[in-house]
Amino acid sequence: MLSVETLTKTYKTGDRALSDVSFTVPKGQVVGLIGPSGAGKSTLIRCINRLVEPSAGAVRLNGADITRLSNTELRRARRRIGMIFQEYALVERLTVMENVLSGRLGYVGFWRSFLRRYPAKDVQMAYRLLDRVGLSAHVDKRADALSGGQRQRVGIARALEQEPELLLIDEPTASLDPRTSRQIMRLIVEICRESGLPAIINIHDVVLAQQFTDRIIGLQAGRVVFDGTPAQLTEDVLTTIYGAEDWTAMRKGASEDAEAEEEERAQAKKLMDAL
Amino acid sequence: MTETAKPYPGQWRRPPQLVQSRMWRIILWTGAILYLVLAIGSVEVNWTRVMDGLERGQRFIGGFLQPDFTTRWRDISTGLMESLTMTFTSTVVGVALSVPIGLGAARNIAPRWIYLICRGIIAASRALQEIIVAIFFVALFGFGAFAGFLTLTFATIGFIGKLLAEDIEDIDESQSEAIRATGASWLQLVNYAVQPQVMPRLIGLSAYRFDINFRESAVIGIVGAGGIGGTLNTALSRYEYDSAGAILLIIIAIVMICEYASGHLRRLVK
Repeated sequence: MLSVETLTKTYKTGDRALSDVSFTVPKGQVVGLIGPSGAGKSTLIRCINRLVEPSAGAVRLNGADITRLSNTELRRARRRIGMIFQEYALVERLTVMENVLSGRLGYVGFWRSFLRRYPAKDVQMAYRLLDRVGLSAHVDKRADALSGGQRQRVGIARALEQEPELLLIDEPTASLDPRTSRQIMRLIVEICRESGLPAIINIHDVVLAQQFTDRIIGLQAGRVVFDGTPAQLTEDVLTTIYGAEDWTAMRKGASEDAEAEEEERAQAKKLMDAL
Repeated sequence: MTETAKPYPGQWRRPPQLVQSRMWRIILWTGAILYLVLAIGSVEVNWTRVMDGLERGQRFIGGFLQPDFTTRWRDISTGLMESLTMTFTSTVVGVALSVPIGLGAARNIAPRWIYLICRGIIAASRALQEIIVAIFFVALFGFGAFAGFLTLTFATIGFIGKLLAEDIEDIDESQSEAIRATGASWLQLVNYAVQPQVMPRLIGLSAYRFDINFRESAVIGIVGAGGIGGTLNTALSRYEYDSAGAILLIIIAIVMICEYASGHLRRLVK
């Protein structure tokens, strides 16, 4: 279980990115974090694994306060927190397998990782995960040879290779087309359900967030302004988070997208059955 | 929007960027031209010596056109071997030493005090020109290739160290952020996030430094640091321009081979 308690972040420039943010995420819950650009979504999830140092407050993952850990303890804590990034953040010149195995860096010593001699169970897990995300055929390819959707799948496999207790996901679909976005979101949510893994997903796309998450937290200028179920996210709430806009039109367009996708899938299925 | 509106101007001049006032522009230009004329006038030229030199220059070019590879071949080949050995060893040792120094001099991955020390080493290496360093090492260790080897190693550290550090500072931070997020140690971060991003450039720079070191080995030989430069110096002081021409042609050929090989190598490691 993750609990964030009165987390505050003030940057050196004096900008206050987060003010007194508190919430808890129970095991297995997928939380969507929405809010306009600059609301502090990215800072918030980076404060949880201290890629950004929080200024005040506490982050407890299964009891221990991450904000108080020494460097060595922090590395131990980080290896149980998987992270998936906006622009995939794969090491472009390494192979798909090396990228996935890099999820084990917190567990193995330097020489093992330097010589790429990972324990057999790590390698087996990497193969299993690559199979799970549908990339078995691309194990030896360099990461920069893959398409956007494929790269994000490698990113997911890398995060899962850590055997995480928590997933932090930063705009997983921002650089993907609508259809691939849905596929990636579905994959992430399915995986979280399979293993009861809690996840926090930063996401621009309100419709995707509503469609796939269990709970939505709305951030505005560094404060939590909404915390509830996707169904409770009414137009009024959206207006407090983002400002006035024609939300009905957005929803309509998105549902058409979803319908089109359903249709396409049905058609593909028919084709498969026919074969 | 009315019919009587003034027509738009058909001419446009770029507004002055640096000096706004027309008068100051004229004063600065005339001042600069006047100084240039006076300065050229103050350079003393000994015309009789120039005529002498022209004759020598002709012989020099003559030597180039009819290079003599055979008469001094033994000297040339020993000098050449010495230069190539010096170049190879100093490039390898220099690059090996510049990697840790380059890592330390990259602000984004090194703590501040290590950064300052490494930048200091690089600055020292770059401030001292090869010839000055060579004179110092020749005084310290005597004539010969060892002084040359040390000089080129020292110069390589400044060159590769600085460019490598700059390349590391320019890496894609999101990749290293992702590796840090897995709980990787500093060494693992360097091995997994930094090395893959800078390796092609490091290989290219090392190949480039190899041919710089070869050219420099010809120069520092003149002050006694061994190699083909020593042979060249002897040939010139004996007025054997045909042998000197042969040596220069060999240097040009080797530099061109290096150039071609390093270009090829860079394409391979993209």
